[in-house]
Amino acid sequence: MIQNSFEYIGRKVTGFLFEAGRLTLLFGQVFYWTFKKPSEIKSVFEQMVIIGNKSLAVVTITSLSTGMILALQTGTAIERKISGAANMLGGIVSLALTRELAPVLIGLVMAGKIGSAIAAEIGTMAVTEQVDALKTMATNPVKYLAVPRFIAALVMLPVLTIYADLLGTLGGLFISLNIFDGTSGGYFESLNMYMRLDDVFKGIFKTVFFGAIIAVVGCHKGFETEGGAEGVGKSTTASVVISSMLILVTDYILTAFLW
Amino acid sequence: MIKIVNVSKHFGSHKVMNGLSLEIPDKKTVVIIGRSGCGKSVLLKHMIGLLKPDSGKILVKDRDIAKMDTVELDDIRKHFGMLFQSAALFDSLTVAENVGFALTRFTRKRPSEIKKLVKEKLALVGLENVEDKKPAELSGGMKKRVGLARAIAMDPEIMLYDEPTTGLDPIMSDVINELIVELQKKLKMTSVVVTHDMKSAYLVGDKIAMMYEGRIIHEGTPSEIKKTKDETVKQFINGSAKGPIQMLG
Repeated sequence: MIQNSFEYIGRKVTGFLFEAGRLTLLFGQVFYWTFKKPSEIKSVFEQMVIIGNKSLAVVTITSLSTGMILALQTGTAIERKISGAANMLGGIVSLALTRELAPVLIGLVMAGKIGSAIAAEIGTMAVTEQVDALKTMATNPVKYLAVPRFIAALVMLPVLTIYADLLGTLGGLFISLNIFDGTSGGYFESLNMYMRLDDVFKGIFKTVFFGAIIAVVGCHKGFETEGGAEGVGKSTTASVVISSMLILVTDYILTAFLW
Repeated sequence: MIKIVNVSKHFGSHKVMNGLSLEIPDKKTVVIIGRSGCGKSVLLKHMIGLLKPDSGKILVKDRDIAKMDTVELDDIRKHFGMLFQSAALFDSLTVAENVGFALTRFTRKRPSEIKKLVKEKLALVGLENVEDKKPAELSGGMKKRVGLARAIAMDPEIMLYDEPTTGLDPIMSDVINELIVELQKKLKMTSVVVTHDMKSAYLVGDKIAMMYEGRIIHEGTPSEIKKTKDETVKQFINGSAKGPIQMLG
């Protein structure tokens, strides 16, 4: 019984280290091939358009509702003790959004939306021999498939986060005006008082790392896919779970260093 | 010439190749036959460096492909064409983009020249007006033919066919067989065909080699194979349930 438990733990630890090693290796390969010619610029733009198209609706709903909920909850709580809470909401909502909520929530939503799509697409290519076909035509799959998705995610995550920052702040303003009888002047005055520009930049900076995680994990699980449709399903789920965990851990580390 | 010397390969505890040796002469078609799952496709993937052997040598143009780095592998792969069992067309690209894939990436030809060449290659495999279609819109036979057009796009010296007739109806199988023979005559390639379809093997092969239990147990011309006294080969080519080949396992 004890021996079995140790064996189980040992297998899990070895599996984890093996997975981490292969993920790091792929990250290194992606980084290396990013700077190698010929460039895959056309494919990079295609991927950016795909990411933008796929994510716009979900990012809009996520950021708008987050800004509104944040304003509603904090406004209600503050109003219990201090009247005129609406005048503080601009600072609270925008600070929470730009520093933490927008980057992490957009990261997690994109892990589900884009990371899973990358894993499913490359996974399907792997089980239908399309990845092998690329190799036989002297084309490196990391360069052809992973690099464009990596660059596109690096660019698009910050872009979508800026969009989410703006929309979330407007959602907060909507609640401030309609629920707490605030004024837009008061809302933006408080935003101006509490926010610093580096809060926004640091939040956006974090999403560059989240974009890299989503793309590399999605590609890694895609390339490793075996066993037909069932394998594609497993890879897709695993890519979302691993990316989400890595985003949360990385967020803590980056936050600790940045502020 | 491709020379496979004493190659062994195992996956987990399963030994797929066990000291296998085989020579593929220049500009000839060699057919490798054997039961499903005996490792024929694994052998084919070794010839183009998609898999590396545990031991032994795979000499292509007198160089061991198993010892090549990725740059050398990419260089030598430009001399190969490969038709996959599932055709392996790129889903996101059109037929024209699939066939012109290598031409676009590795030649300095203008788009109009590539377009013309794609049309020519598609005509060679008996297809026209399919350039703008996506692979999902094609039938199984058409996919194989597009796969074939893509494989010959760069005029390869060596052509590998992985189960070219599997999953096709008898008429389409015959069309593919005729295409293989015709392309061989026109392009003078060194070809390796992996199949368990004996009709196909007799039609396209200059030499037939039978793979069994990780080795090549018999090889000869189609007429020699037909007359063989080897019980294992006889059982396979006659498609008999009784004989030395075990059905289980």
